[in-house]
Amino acid sequence: MDKSIEGIENIGPTIGVPLVDNPKMSMRNVDVFYADKQAIHDVSLDIGKNEVLSMIGPSGCGKSTFLRCLNRMNDTIDICKVTGSFHLEDLDIYHPKMDIVPLRARVGMVFQKPNPFPKSIYDNVAYGPRIHGLSESKTDLDEIVESSLQKAGLWNEVKDRLDEQGTGLSGGQQQRLCIARTIAISPEVILMDEPCSALDPIATSKIENLITELSENYTIAIVTHSMQQAARVSNRTAYFHLGKLVEVNDTEHLFTNPDHPLTEAYITGRFG
Amino acid sequence: MNNVSSKSINTSTSQQTNMIDRINLNLKKRYRAERRFKFYGLISICFALLCLVVLFTDIIGKGHTAFFQTYIALEVVLDADVLDIQNIDNPKQLSEANYQGVIRHSLRAVFPDVTGRNEKRKLYALVSSGASYHLADQVRADPSLVGQTIQLSVLADDDVDTWLKSRRNNGSEAFTGRLNSQQLDWLGNLFEANRLEQKFNIIFFTNGDSREPELAGIRGAIMGSLFTIMVTFLLSFTVGISTAIYLEEYAPKNRITDFIEININNLAAVPSIIFGLLGLAIFIGVFGMQRSVPLLGGIVLSLMTLPTIIISSRAAIKSVPPSIREAALGMGASKMQVILHHVLPLAMPGMLTGTIIGLAQALGETAPLLMIGMVAFVVDVPGALTDPSTALPVQIFLWSDSPERAFVERTSAAIMVLLALLISMNSLAVWLRKRLERRW
Repeated sequence: MDKSIEGIENIGPTIGVPLVDNPKMSMRNVDVFYADKQAIHDVSLDIGKNEVLSMIGPSGCGKSTFLRCLNRMNDTIDICKVTGSFHLEDLDIYHPKMDIVPLRARVGMVFQKPNPFPKSIYDNVAYGPRIHGLSESKTDLDEIVESSLQKAGLWNEVKDRLDEQGTGLSGGQQQRLCIARTIAISPEVILMDEPCSALDPIATSKIENLITELSENYTIAIVTHSMQQAARVSNRTAYFHLGKLVEVNDTEHLFTNPDHPLTEAYITGRFG
Repeated sequence: MNNVSSKSINTSTSQQTNMIDRINLNLKKRYRAERRFKFYGLISICFALLCLVVLFTDIIGKGHTAFFQTYIALEVVLDADVLDIQNIDNPKQLSEANYQGVIRHSLRAVFPDVTGRNEKRKLYALVSSGASYHLADQVRADPSLVGQTIQLSVLADDDVDTWLKSRRNNGSEAFTGRLNSQQLDWLGNLFEANRLEQKFNIIFFTNGDSREPELAGIRGAIMGSLFTIMVTFLLSFTVGISTAIYLEEYAPKNRITDFIEININNLAAVPSIIFGLLGLAIFIGVFGMQRSVPLLGGIVLSLMTLPTIIISSRAAIKSVPPSIREAALGMGASKMQVILHHVLPLAMPGMLTGTIIGLAQALGETAPLLMIGMVAFVVDVPGALTDPSTALPVQIFLWSDSPERAFVERTSAAIMVLLALLISMNSLAVWLRKRLERRW
């Protein structure tokens, strides 16, 4: 692949199937600016119900920025300006009167670096239900904590030491704790921003299995640097390049028979 | 072919050895520089420690004697006639009785040959003018003592105290001060009769200030300082931390907040006496507040402490890892919940350290208190925020200015008490930080 096709002007409109019927989340004509710099160019993308959508692309292609727009985590960055339409089912996410607290309860997020609170394992998982007032009683809360930890595949490892610091766990356990913390408030969508980049292969495979299990009940959007991971866990894959959405296709289709020459160049490792 | 390749290997090995030699040569120089670097640090620490040792030796050497006080052991006849008490059940008579008279009587009993008016006055001067108060307390507590003869340790005058201490400390000529040769003879007699005794100086810790060194204590100054610091803490901690949270978490980044930030940093560098002038002009001049009171002192000192607390609290808030903030926001926590549940607990050790450093600074501050009248001569121990009082550093300043020799040791002793307070405050800071610190 020669350099000339990598230029932004050579990326045409999105190829493949960015839009689906009856989507969980739908984004149209999204532009994101950091001050004067445009990070996302006119992206339209749907995330289907109970689908695992992975977003891949070289560093700086805007995939994380796009993901963080989905539950308005970019609001904390003053210079970040987002335009376009975002809908969670019928809810207009960027509506001026939108309250982001319930939005983030419906769209949870798992971050790149495991970031448990410096509190006990129990308090970490119970934090969400507590602030949202989801449990009526202590036994209620105990149940939520146990089921969340079980869903995150961490229960057997920590059930005897729920009052120990969450930060004392290993990296992989911490990340599963963060996932348990996120699903404790039963979000509809879980956003994952490179959840395995700080983990070793064994911990990674545990998280990947977990993602597959969770996709039965949740809609998941995952940003990843690992193409193998995208191939293993996702139903559809979106390839971003220089802030543009180049191609969206069924994962198998995209990795075996990419429609866009840039996608092919990326997945065959010729750049990125 | 073989030849060529082996030759090329040889040259590359020789190049390598050459390289290692050069690295080794450099290494020696590098290690020497490193040793020098370490040595400079060590020297600075030694110098700092030496200064500290000199300071402490000087202060403790001068001040430790102040914790003991000379008393004269006398047999006091509590003669009802001399005391002028007709009815021991009458409290008015008990409190107005002539206690000084019986003490003087017993002094004359020890030196019966003293007759002249002038001589008598000299003899009475050996005993502190405050000695009778102690006796009065004793009799009021137990009126049946009237008519009895009791063994009493009578508080000696500060000149006697100084003479005895300087005589004991070294064999050289003792410091006589205002004592004349006749008084020195009497003292020599008392000393040989084992009537001069040194006891723990409890007066130093229970009395307020006094013009008589033997009656002067630091209780008033300590209470004044504690009241002042209490006001300072309440004001500066609450206002300082609220300000820091608002500036870090809520304030928009614009020119106004930049201006505020610059001014806070400037305030931290303003000489403290300026704050005293401000207190004088605004709080006393405009608002008509009472002068010399801990309430006003606390307000003025909190103005001085605020910048320190705000700056250190902001630094503590900034050092909270953004990942924790993001985690909480991602869970749907509101801004206030993020602050109260995550930012504050993690920033609290840093905030407390800054606060205690600021308070320690305020505790040792003299200049602004001078301006608002806390330099007044206050005998009564303050019992409330609005009682006139002085503060420890001001007390030290006052005593260091007094002509009596006995105030020299009291000045050093007061410094020791102030240092002890400061050290315990700093230890508290370290302990709190250790306790509250959490790892992540």
